[in-house]
Amino acid sequence: MTDIAASSLPVFATKAEISKRLRQRHAAERRFRAYGIAALLFGLIFLVVLFTSIIGKGWTAFLQTSVHVPIYFDPAEINPSGNPADRDELMRADYSKLARDALFKALNVGADDKKERRAAGALLSRGVDIQLRNAVLADPSLIGQTRAEWLLASDNVDAFLKGSIDRETPPDRRPLSDQQLTWIDQLAAKDMIAKRFNTGLFVNGASSDPETAGLGVALIGSAYMMLIVILLSVPLGVAAAVYLEEFAPKSKWSDIIEVNINNLAAVPSIVFGLLGLAIFIGFLGLPRSASLVGGLVLSLMTLPTIIIATRAAIKSVPPSIREAALGVGASKMQVITHHIVPLTVPGILTGMIIGLVRAIGETAPLLMIGMVAFVVDYPKTPLSPATALPVQIYMWATAAERGFIERTAGATIVLLLFLVVMNSAAVYLRQKFERKW
Amino acid sequence: MEVDVEARPTVRVQAPTAIEAKEGVAPEQRELKFRATDVNLWYGEKQALFDVNLDIFDRSVTALIGPSGCGKSTFLRCLNRMNDTIEGCRMTGDIRLDGEDIYARDVDPVQLRARVGMVFQKPNPFPKTIFENVAYAPRIHGLCKSKADLEEVVVKSLQRAGLYEEVKDRLDEPGTGLSGGQQQRLCIARAISVNPEVLLMDEPCSALDPIATARIETLIDELKKSFCIVIVTHSMQQAARVSQRTAFFHLGKLVEVDDTVKIFTNPADTRTQDYVTGRFG
Repeated sequence: MTDIAASSLPVFATKAEISKRLRQRHAAERRFRAYGIAALLFGLIFLVVLFTSIIGKGWTAFLQTSVHVPIYFDPAEINPSGNPADRDELMRADYSKLARDALFKALNVGADDKKERRAAGALLSRGVDIQLRNAVLADPSLIGQTRAEWLLASDNVDAFLKGSIDRETPPDRRPLSDQQLTWIDQLAAKDMIAKRFNTGLFVNGASSDPETAGLGVALIGSAYMMLIVILLSVPLGVAAAVYLEEFAPKSKWSDIIEVNINNLAAVPSIVFGLLGLAIFIGFLGLPRSASLVGGLVLSLMTLPTIIIATRAAIKSVPPSIREAALGVGASKMQVITHHIVPLTVPGILTGMIIGLVRAIGETAPLLMIGMVAFVVDYPKTPLSPATALPVQIYMWATAAERGFIERTAGATIVLLLFLVVMNSAAVYLRQKFERKW
Repeated sequence: MEVDVEARPTVRVQAPTAIEAKEGVAPEQRELKFRATDVNLWYGEKQALFDVNLDIFDRSVTALIGPSGCGKSTFLRCLNRMNDTIEGCRMTGDIRLDGEDIYARDVDPVQLRARVGMVFQKPNPFPKTIFENVAYAPRIHGLCKSKADLEEVVVKSLQRAGLYEEVKDRLDEPGTGLSGGQQQRLCIARAISVNPEVLLMDEPCSALDPIATARIETLIDELKKSFCIVIVTHSMQQAARVSQRTAFFHLGKLVEVDDTVKIFTNPADTRTQDYVTGRFG
């Protein structure tokens, strides 16, 4: 016994062979590291390409061309009755005429030349009507005064100033005539036309004119849906996970439920849309295009993600904490609420935000429940018709007007920014609530 | 069994005098605290305890010794029904605390665990402040009416656990930031904060260095004046140093229980003899 233990083991390889093998092992490690860096670079390049392409196309959407002309708020036109409290009258007045007259004056367009007048009027957006109406409704004392206002230019003017329409293109192949180009040059020379920050992009509802189309309705719809998803899927998901982890007896049934929850997380989202269409709209009779239905469908989709994340977090709580709490006489419920759940908060938050981010970027199920709609007015309740950010992007991407191209990219930037903010919040919250044991 | 071969003779020589000096209560004055009768226990199909009959006395330390997997920790966990939480665990027999069957239908394990506190192998403070660690149990059992009461209980518990002087300036720091020995004393403070009658200790020093171990042992010596203490230990020196009675478990059976002096000097069973002299385990 001791002889064998004391003698050294025989070595069958030479020193050179051993060092050669060592070199091979180091080379393999270096090779693997290079693969990793290559993969990382590959991903990074695509990310850079994606961002430069979207930002390059979309940043102009945050600027919009406006014309700055002094406008005479003619009482005879706006308020013939002389009573500024008569809102109906103020609503009905023809404000676009005021805007056009102001522009004609600025451009010295004759009162009789109908053709010229039409061409000059086309420089302004159809949205100036509402713009001026809102200004007057907000401040009726404007009536009778002359004040310079920033009026939205038409999308062709906007496109020309942003360089999408080339001056060298023959007149019959570009949407702006030579005369119109001259006018734009005149306005530019007098500093009466400028690109300004486009608040309308965030405030306006749907419109068939790109210059007045905005994400307002989509943002509100997405906010409603986020709220519904948080309110529904977080409590339900956490409760389901706690029950499955802490209370459910181990049986064939709990196994089946577990497998199905995991499967549910992998179901394509459009299937959830079909389910929502059949149950919430078909069976329960909820309205189409409503953010409530969208929120419910997205909640269903998010639920498995939250359940899985919470269960993983509960499993990772060390058993010693559980024993310590039981050992001092905490009831099962107290162990869960005082110790397990507080320790799983970072995990729950991560699951919640990952689920939420996925839900917010989801388009397919919302198409199924009719959220792809032309909605001009803000949705007052979650039951009113609304759209969502990704659906709005989809709709703008399919629109024909030139101005919608940059808006599609602009809206994508907004959505991406939103997702980046949410993900950063997830990281921050996880670190904030993380506790060591 | 990690018994130091060199140290063993010293223990055997020193143990009797040390124990005689510490023996507080004469055998005839002993007060019965726990009586376990015919305890059998199964984890699923596997039987872990076989017909254990054991009396445990108040205001003294009872040590449970034996090789790994002999069922001593399992038996300890029967005393505060911690085994209830393990799925597939089944017990027969009868365990009485002050004559009352603790497995009776009307006994709430939550209430029982307030009477029978427990300290675990690895220090396991809650990831909360030192104050909250000790205040937790009195709070959930509703023992304190005011914040001042609670503070008094926390301070007294920490004092009895011999930790107060070291942490009095940082009660609002996390308990997990203390050293291993301090954490274990914090766990003892937490266990005694609800004034239990019995203190169960499951190898309380196995994760600690010798100095921290010595402090805990001194503390156990002090605490036995007011509590019934049951300690599971792998260290025979520790059993000899801190306990008055020792029970030797082997393969799920209680082989022998007697005064510690007797177990270590003149055991009745040869298996006990072999174990305490380090011949197996």
